Amino acid sequence: MNIYVLVKRTFDTEEKIAVSNGKIQEDGAEFIINPYDEYAVEEAIQLRDEHGGEVTVVTVGEEDAEKQLRTALAMGADKAVLINTEDDVEESDQYTTALILAEYLKDKDADLILAGNVAIDGGSGQVGPRVAERLGINCVTTITDFKYDGTNVTIVRDMEGDSETIQTTLPLLVTAQQGLNDPRYPSLPGIMKAKKKPLEELEIDDLDLEEDDVEPKIETVDVYLPPAKAAGRILEGELTDQVAELASLLRNEAKVI
Amino acid sequence: MSKKVLVLGEAREGALRNVSFEAIAAAKQVSGGGEVVGVLIGDSVQDLAQELSQYGADRVITVEHPHLKTYTSDGFGQAFMAVVEQENPEGMVFAHTANGKDLAPKIASKLQSGLVSDVTAIEGEGDDAEFIRPIYSGKAFEKVRVKDGIAFLTIRPNNIPPLEKGEGGGDVSSLSVDITNLRTIIQDVVRKSTDGVDLSEAKVIVAGGRGVKSAEGFEPLKELADLLGGAIGASRGACDADYVDYSLQIGQTGKVVTPDLYIAAGISGAIQHLAGMSNSKVIVAINKDPEANIFKVADYGIVGDLFEVVPMLTEEFRKMM
Repeated sequence: MNIYVLVKRTFDTEEKIAVSNGKIQEDGAEFIINPYDEYAVEEAIQLRDEHGGEVTVVTVGEEDAEKQLRTALAMGADKAVLINTEDDVEESDQYTTALILAEYLKDKDADLILAGNVAIDGGSGQVGPRVAERLGINCVTTITDFKYDGTNVTIVRDMEGDSETIQTTLPLLVTAQQGLNDPRYPSLPGIMKAKKKPLEELEIDDLDLEEDDVEPKIETVDVYLPPAKAAGRILEGELTDQVAELASLLRNEAKVI
Repeated sequence: MSKKVLVLGEAREGALRNVSFEAIAAAKQVSGGGEVVGVLIGDSVQDLAQELSQYGADRVITVEHPHLKTYTSDGFGQAFMAVVEQENPEGMVFAHTANGKDLAPKIASKLQSGLVSDVTAIEGEGDDAEFIRPIYSGKAFEKVRVKDGIAFLTIRPNNIPPLEKGEGGGDVSSLSVDITNLRTIIQDVVRKSTDGVDLSEAKVIVAGGRGVKSAEGFEPLKELADLLGGAIGASRGACDADYVDYSLQIGQTGKVVTPDLYIAAGISGAIQHLAGMSNSKVIVAINKDPEANIFKVADYGIVGDLFEVVPMLTEEFRKMM
């Protein structure tokens, strides 16, 4: 199978968020592979090991994203591609990212493309389905199980807690939901090997795209933190009294019951 | 400029979902005095059309076909695009639900348009509308505008208040569409969600963490949730320990929820969990450890054993109702 995985470099989930001048402060923050993309990488590796073929991880981003690509290579991916937009793309949205990825993928004859169902930073969940649509291939989102028998694909899709079993065929793009698998940690030999695996770097010129082509459709006018919460009230006294007080507060003060 | 805005209504088990009424309200605001057109897609949705218009849709278009009985992105995509071609809208509002999230980017890509997903509030109207959406799972918010003139949104359930239900209703028309070339077959749907109350739409969520200790330990939480007409949720710890399914996980990896009332039982409050729930309107924390992080975001806290407190609380509410 010729498998591609779309990955994104995101803030570590442990990070607190700070904002200055209407932008998220990135200085000193730790970065990781978007956790949902890790499920996608793991699934790709398992499918390759079972059916043969090759796994290529692709990201659109800046030079720094090389580290996350190396991590995916250390997990077991075969090749990595960084589409470096640092110099060419000032503003971007999901339209921009999907367009760039689709331009890269259009002549790659991918059997299967995997992506995370959402990135934990921007949280739009758009890039996977947009890429599929641009490529004219089928797409199934938020999958929790994937089986391929050489001809047919059987997928379980999470629908807000309900699950749906779907039969379809390749070529296909799927987005990974939690529960799909347990992503492996890169092993030390994996990390050593990853250093020698090919990591190709492209710019949008190489994809025959101009800056104007990738102009975003949406612009961010402000970024801000949620209002700080005032310290809550810890109830005191006998437990029975506390419970009665809580019930009454929820009904009469907070008015949520 | 006033816009014509399409709203995709969503039904679940034969009834319209609340978020569809919220979407109509969002569309009204985005339309800036223009026209709001409800769209219902399915195999028998005619009966729901009137209700959608009673919540503010000026008219409703139904697309019915045997192949649209269950959602598929191909089937619903073809049906919705047929409506788009007929109506030529300047705005579209979908619910940020499993199917809305699947379909909206597909339509946006077909139309080469922008899409603002997971909107929780709208400021201004018409062309001046600005959209608020959580980023970093609610650790921050961004305000965005559309540059291409098409106000295409998915809205998060439970955040934009619906309009009051009115009498009568608008025009209902049907559009006949040939649904072909479906690339997926739905073999089976298993309902796992708690008694039909979906986590993303629930007004009340009772969530458990590692402190719940076992799958059986979720029973008292479920009893409380049922009494309040709410849903069960969980922290990652509880899911990793296999007490409940991952589909119930709330947090930065998992679902981001904004109910009216969030009761956290036996949840310590890791930063990733807080990201998923701290924008809930009222938060109650029940935890044995007075130092637990969850108390920092809670409006009300009880330091105590959840297995004592939760059943007592259920009793107390039962007395009230």
